[in-house]
Amino acid sequence: MDTRFGTLCTAVVFAVFVRWAVSLNSYSGMGKPPMYGDYEAQRHWMEITTSLPLKQWYFNGTDNDLLYWGLDYPPLTAYHMWLCGKVAGWINPDWTALFASHGYESYEHKLFMRYSVLIGDIVIYIPAVLLYCFLQKKLSHLQKVLLSCVLLLFPGLIIIDYGHFQYNSISLGLTLWAVIAISHGHEVIGSAAFMLALCYKQMSLYHAMPFFCYLLGKCWEQRWKKGFVSLCCIGVSVLATFTFVWLPFLTEKDLFLQVVHRIFPVARGVFEDKVSNFWCSLSVVVKFRNFMSQEGLLSLCLATTLLGLVPSSLDLLFRPSIAKFKLALVNSSLVFFLFSFQVHEKSILLPALPVCLLLPWRPFTSTWFLTIATFSMLPLLIKDGLVIATLVTSVLFIIAVELGLQGVSSDPTIGCPVCMWSSKNLPWLPHRMFFYVVKSAFYASLMGALFLGLLSVVIPPPSSLPDLWPVLISVYSCLHFIGFTLYYHIVQLMAPGAKETTAQKAKKTQ
Amino acid sequence: MAAPMFFCVVVTVTIVKLLLIPSYRSTDFEVHRNWLAITHSKPVSQWYYEDTSEWTLDYPPLFAWFEFLLSHVAKYFDPAMLKVTNLNYASFATVLFQRLSVIVSDLLLVYAVYECCQCVQVMGKKNSPQLLSQPMFVLAVLLLWNFGLLIVDHIHFQYNGFLTGLKLLSIARILQRRHLEGAFWFSLLLNFKHIYLYIAPAYFIYLLRAHCFTRSNRDGRVQWTSLSLLNLFGLGVVVLEVFAISFGPFIAMGQLGQVLSRLFPVKRGLVHAYWAPNFWALYNIADKAATAVAVRAKLLSPDDITQATMTGGLVQEYTHNALPTISPLVTVILTLAAMMPALVHLWRRPCTPRDFLRCLVLCAFASFLFGYHVHEKAIILIIIPLSLLAVESRQDGQVFLLLSTCGHLSLFPLLFTQAETPSKVCLMLMFSLFAFMALGSLHGSSKRRPYCLPLLSPVETAYIIGLVLLQLYCSLGHHALGLTTRLPFLPLMLTSVYCALGVMGSWLKFYFTTLTSVQHLKQS
Repeated sequence: MDTRFGTLCTAVVFAVFVRWAVSLNSYSGMGKPPMYGDYEAQRHWMEITTSLPLKQWYFNGTDNDLLYWGLDYPPLTAYHMWLCGKVAGWINPDWTALFASHGYESYEHKLFMRYSVLIGDIVIYIPAVLLYCFLQKKLSHLQKVLLSCVLLLFPGLIIIDYGHFQYNSISLGLTLWAVIAISHGHEVIGSAAFMLALCYKQMSLYHAMPFFCYLLGKCWEQRWKKGFVSLCCIGVSVLATFTFVWLPFLTEKDLFLQVVHRIFPVARGVFEDKVSNFWCSLSVVVKFRNFMSQEGLLSLCLATTLLGLVPSSLDLLFRPSIAKFKLALVNSSLVFFLFSFQVHEKSILLPALPVCLLLPWRPFTSTWFLTIATFSMLPLLIKDGLVIATLVTSVLFIIAVELGLQGVSSDPTIGCPVCMWSSKNLPWLPHRMFFYVVKSAFYASLMGALFLGLLSVVIPPPSSLPDLWPVLISVYSCLHFIGFTLYYHIVQLMAPGAKETTAQKAKKTQ
Repeated sequence: MAAPMFFCVVVTVTIVKLLLIPSYRSTDFEVHRNWLAITHSKPVSQWYYEDTSEWTLDYPPLFAWFEFLLSHVAKYFDPAMLKVTNLNYASFATVLFQRLSVIVSDLLLVYAVYECCQCVQVMGKKNSPQLLSQPMFVLAVLLLWNFGLLIVDHIHFQYNGFLTGLKLLSIARILQRRHLEGAFWFSLLLNFKHIYLYIAPAYFIYLLRAHCFTRSNRDGRVQWTSLSLLNLFGLGVVVLEVFAISFGPFIAMGQLGQVLSRLFPVKRGLVHAYWAPNFWALYNIADKAATAVAVRAKLLSPDDITQATMTGGLVQEYTHNALPTISPLVTVILTLAAMMPALVHLWRRPCTPRDFLRCLVLCAFASFLFGYHVHEKAIILIIIPLSLLAVESRQDGQVFLLLSTCGHLSLFPLLFTQAETPSKVCLMLMFSLFAFMALGSLHGSSKRRPYCLPLLSPVETAYIIGLVLLQLYCSLGHHALGLTTRLPFLPLMLTSVYCALGVMGSWLKFYFTTLTSVQHLKQS
């Protein structure tokens, strides 16, 4: 047995172990009738997709009550649920019996559901992470193994998928496949993979803008004819993937429109529960629901989101490079998270994925962001009874980053363009001071998070303010996210484009 | 090994333990909760008489005092768990407290492992840049991440971690030639859990030989005139003091008989419900085969056969049909006979602490293989001290790899709930992958055979592969073939018999290396 292969196996097995250990905890809505939680939603979709003909999946009807966890994800999720539902029905027909299975809970069923998440993860997300890490040419073998272990241990995704219960690792895994393909010049495959991610979960739209701008920018850079051809190839691949997935729903116009209507529920509120985004935090001070209509809010969200997307998108469009592409993924999804309509607290996983990809270059800030991202979901996780698992996996993650990447102890000023610029142009500034300030800010922020978490677990909120702790947590996290959005924007805008990098290299070789 | 690296091993394994908190718990959880309740709410004189629950206190007094201490913390978590009548009580706070008490008491294990790592004697490679080639790091992982300890303590629920800590501490003291301290920790250990009587002969002989007799003859035999009465007296005081503190109050109350009857119940059968992979598993299977042959040959009529034997493990009392039934006395004689060569070997040499360690492993082996009503968990008693030897010599490394793989696999039936299957498979894979990689790179692979696992011979490699295949059959194939209802105990029986072969094999190999090591000594 090869030691190199052995270390890799050990790392992967460890990651799987952590996932499984988390899955022993409770899930959302466990034993809470009548609505239960996301676990019941997924189970219900298995029931609907296997019991009803495809045309009725998205329609309200006598057999399909859309108010009870109606299907509101794109078709690929529905197919996946159909497949899982078939297996579930084969194991035990009670699990997917129409109506009779509402709120079905048992030891075996929980096991089945947990296994279904694990299988999706092992098939799609884990190989993508391993491939991503092993394609980093500059790292030694051990560093690659350590990096993949760290990426696989990101607590937010583990807790939401294996604790709360969702299948985020599939859509995020598909996105990651797309990023890998595109960074290695396989634009056609990459765009198809991203299209699949979009067809699995509409939330992947948070990442759509950078994909679009990067691909367009790349084609723009090439010579006229070649660029046009590659643009056509990408377009064909996107359309073909879309048609392939949506084919059964394209037969009738009503059917298609109904699916789209279900996927984008504009009628729902601007945010769900307490989300650490801009609007939710603002609503603490300004009760804008009192003086703005739903449509007004919708257009306001749309306008601010689009405005927020402009800087990173334009920069990527005109100076495309892989580094900028990853940063733009962070920026665009963060802007969506902060400003868009109908945001869930779990949507922070979308910015978290590209931030994970930045870990080897910016370990310090990425760790900070990822920890706060996990923390921002705490109110939800407290509800699900996942506090211990969250705390333990977060500590594990920070230790893993420190061990694997020397992340927390690394110099946070490395790779920070502002610091490089200021040390070059403003030599009279005490840079060592800056280093300590950032370090202590990091620890202070973690302590603050720990303190807030402790408060919300231990002390019941005053009866006049039942939402006090969740609101405080979301405001606290939101301030962090705004700061990170600014930081990542600056990093992206100050990073050199691909052309400039090659020009610099050429200069150096001369 | 750098201290930060050790710290990291400790922290990661602690995190693993914390993650296992929501896992399945065996009845041992209720056993210990009941003991908390007894020691908290009953006077000392009632401890060994209380029998509201079927899980009466059957550990020595110091363990009862340990539970007493714990119960004074427990009342801040959930006072309801301290009521004797509150049977099978398991609120979230109770679970959290009990799990955390195991994790915290493991700190003693951490300290003991740190002490043991300081005692590792290896030439050369001590400060290799590669982590896997540093014997201290490897030893720390092998001991702290030990698969058996993790699943038995943190899933199944017991307090073996800190007991193992006491054991390792006493071993470390003896390796440092601080004999009195070693004796002190070991007698303390005996008064926490009497299963460690299994390895007491090794302590007895070694301390007598190396501590009380101060000189050897030229040929290595003991010099009888060199008996130091002072040393003997000191040793006796240390040991008796511990026993006096532990049993003294109960002797004063005239309860010694009652305590001992609780500690040594004799109504159990030869083998446990699930056969531990020892000599008796092989004996039982031989009995079955012989019975089948005898029935075919019309030597035995089918009416004579007690039907219980065919279910293989459902009942505790096991009667043999073709072969003679074994009484407890026979097992004691066999166990002592199996220990004897090792003890004599230890006595007849100017013994070093390493000889003691080998003898200790052999004593544990003998009691595991031939003991009466041995539990499969007792394999940990062998694997833990063997880890110390495994990082120091190549041959012991081989034995360790073989024994730890089959011994740990034989623990699988302990966790029979489906949700724990991935946990145990992952933990086992991690431990075994690490052990094979680390010991492989530690002891170099100069004569590396192709298609063989590191350090192992082709036969042993085939055995391990067979083990994997067997496990696949037991967990998937048996059910798929639809034999679950017809032969429900076949997987358990196959596992224990197959593992018993491995344990016996590694025992013989280890015995052989121990007894032939005289030649190595003379040559060098």
